[in-house]
Amino acid sequence: MNTEKHTPAFWFLAAFFALFVLFMYGPMLVIVVLSFQGPEGGLTFPLRGLSLHWFYKLAEGLGVVDIGAALRRSLGLGLAVMAFTVLFSVLAGLAFRKKLAGGNVLFFVVVASLIMPSIIVSLGIGLEFRLLDTGIKKALEAFGMTGTLEGYGTALGLFTSALGAHLTWTLPFGLLIMFAIFNRFNPAYEEAARDLGATPWQGFRHVVLPLIAPSVVGIGMFGFTLSWDEIARTSQAIGDVNTLPLELQGLTTTVTTPSIYALGTVTMVVSFMVMGLAVGLSKLLLSRQRAKQDA
Amino acid sequence: MSTAPSPSLPVSTHAPGRSIAAWWQATPLAAVFVLFFLVPLMLILMVSFWDFNQYEMLPGFTIKNYISIFDGCASPVDMCVTLKTYLSTFKFSFLVWLITLVIGFTVSYFLAFHVRSAGAQTLLFVLCTIPFWTSNVIRMISWVPLLGRNGLVNQTLLGMGAINQPIEWLLFSSFSVTLAFVHLYTMFMIVPIFNSMMRIDRSLIEAASDSGATAWQTLWNVIVPLSRTGIIIGSIFVITIVMGDFVTIGVMGGQQIASIGKIIQVQTSYLQFPLAAANAVILLAIVLMIIWALTRLVDIRKEL
Repeated sequence: MNTEKHTPAFWFLAAFFALFVLFMYGPMLVIVVLSFQGPEGGLTFPLRGLSLHWFYKLAEGLGVVDIGAALRRSLGLGLAVMAFTVLFSVLAGLAFRKKLAGGNVLFFVVVASLIMPSIIVSLGIGLEFRLLDTGIKKALEAFGMTGTLEGYGTALGLFTSALGAHLTWTLPFGLLIMFAIFNRFNPAYEEAARDLGATPWQGFRHVVLPLIAPSVVGIGMFGFTLSWDEIARTSQAIGDVNTLPLELQGLTTTVTTPSIYALGTVTMVVSFMVMGLAVGLSKLLLSRQRAKQDA
Repeated sequence: MSTAPSPSLPVSTHAPGRSIAAWWQATPLAAVFVLFFLVPLMLILMVSFWDFNQYEMLPGFTIKNYISIFDGCASPVDMCVTLKTYLSTFKFSFLVWLITLVIGFTVSYFLAFHVRSAGAQTLLFVLCTIPFWTSNVIRMISWVPLLGRNGLVNQTLLGMGAINQPIEWLLFSSFSVTLAFVHLYTMFMIVPIFNSMMRIDRSLIEAASDSGATAWQTLWNVIVPLSRTGIIIGSIFVITIVMGDFVTIGVMGGQQIASIGKIIQVQTSYLQFPLAAANAVILLAIVLMIIWALTRLVDIRKEL
């Protein structure tokens, strides 16, 4: 705890930390390695050669599951969730800086959503949309629109119920990050802009937004990656189609080849790419900000 | 990029006439939570009192769903399914809570008080949080090549001659479920505890050691009490996640271990929504009681 050399306690804790990191990353590393298993290889070590065999197998599809379609669905949903999370969190973050009647209640609801068991949220949304279906069908019947009624499936879907379910999970993180951003935000720049005659919009567009942008990128990353991996909240709140993680969950019991590791490697690569993009973009915005300040 | 969201309400700047604008800005977020959180919760409560047949829900008011859940629970000899399931879920919650707390506290303590350069601190902290952004199912199945019947652990132990037969209880067991929970959710302990620790005034620690406190005394009498908020926030996260879980218990338990979340999931797959809703209401009530008990230990508002 003092300034001299490292104590035995330090070395004990450092070893503990190293073991923890190994515990976190070791298993993930193992399946990345095993996804390059040779054609004769199995689910466990030893490695029987190195190949891309199981990635080709994956591209051909696993059983009845169309992996490519699920991947595209998850990408689309993830991007939509990301966009809404960023937009709604930033807006709400601005709102909470001002006098917001009922702000405490709203904050309480947001936190409640964060810690609510996901199965409950998911069940509730599933119920909501099924009741909506019943209502719509009754209404169509009442108006005698039999043609529309026959064609009507369900309101449950990727960009309705599933999108909503994901937002109940990503928005709390987004809002908390906005609080953290504005806690460290110096309002002097904004006030200076106002004193110089900037409208609220100009103040936001040219002063606040550039200052918070590097951190807002982080909200986008949360939005995408949390949606990309979501299972629990989606499970009951999606119609006939499945997202990639839901397919993956189903495959854990049926697929007995390293293809499933290949799929794991692919989803991990996407997650890491998004993280890398976010960090890169954040750094870029930050360096631009600095360049402007120096200019 | 902010990796450690600190839940604190910003100071509001009181400018007259701006509260209407504020409400417009908060509306989209509020609408999402009304439509996809509050209304669904109310519907669960409502539907839990409905009747149902094989095809559809029948609106009405009956408490037979609740009665059927606790059917036979009054018997002192045999425990009913519901109680057994809750007991098993409590067991997992407690175990996982204890292990993640010990690991999370130790890791945070190391990062906050033993890593001196701020750069290294951030780097190591981010290293702990990165797995959180990768797929949970992948992180679960990544234990298969290690713990399976022919997995690395069994191969090693057999090779060393420590065992004659592969250990069967490593995978698809209570052990693997607990291990996966710890693997997945220790992060939820580390972030809030680390956040609390970073707010501790370092001069308090110096004062303690100047007054002759040993490292252990400082840890127990200064750092632990001041990290209480983080510990409780982390505990709420971990306990509520494990209480409602069905994915981890399903995948890592080989679909053999019961949990309340799984009961709800199975009932919805049979379209028994009113029954599932009643189970959800009970689960929610229990989780709320746990959270209430935990928050009694700390005044959250004061800490924001």
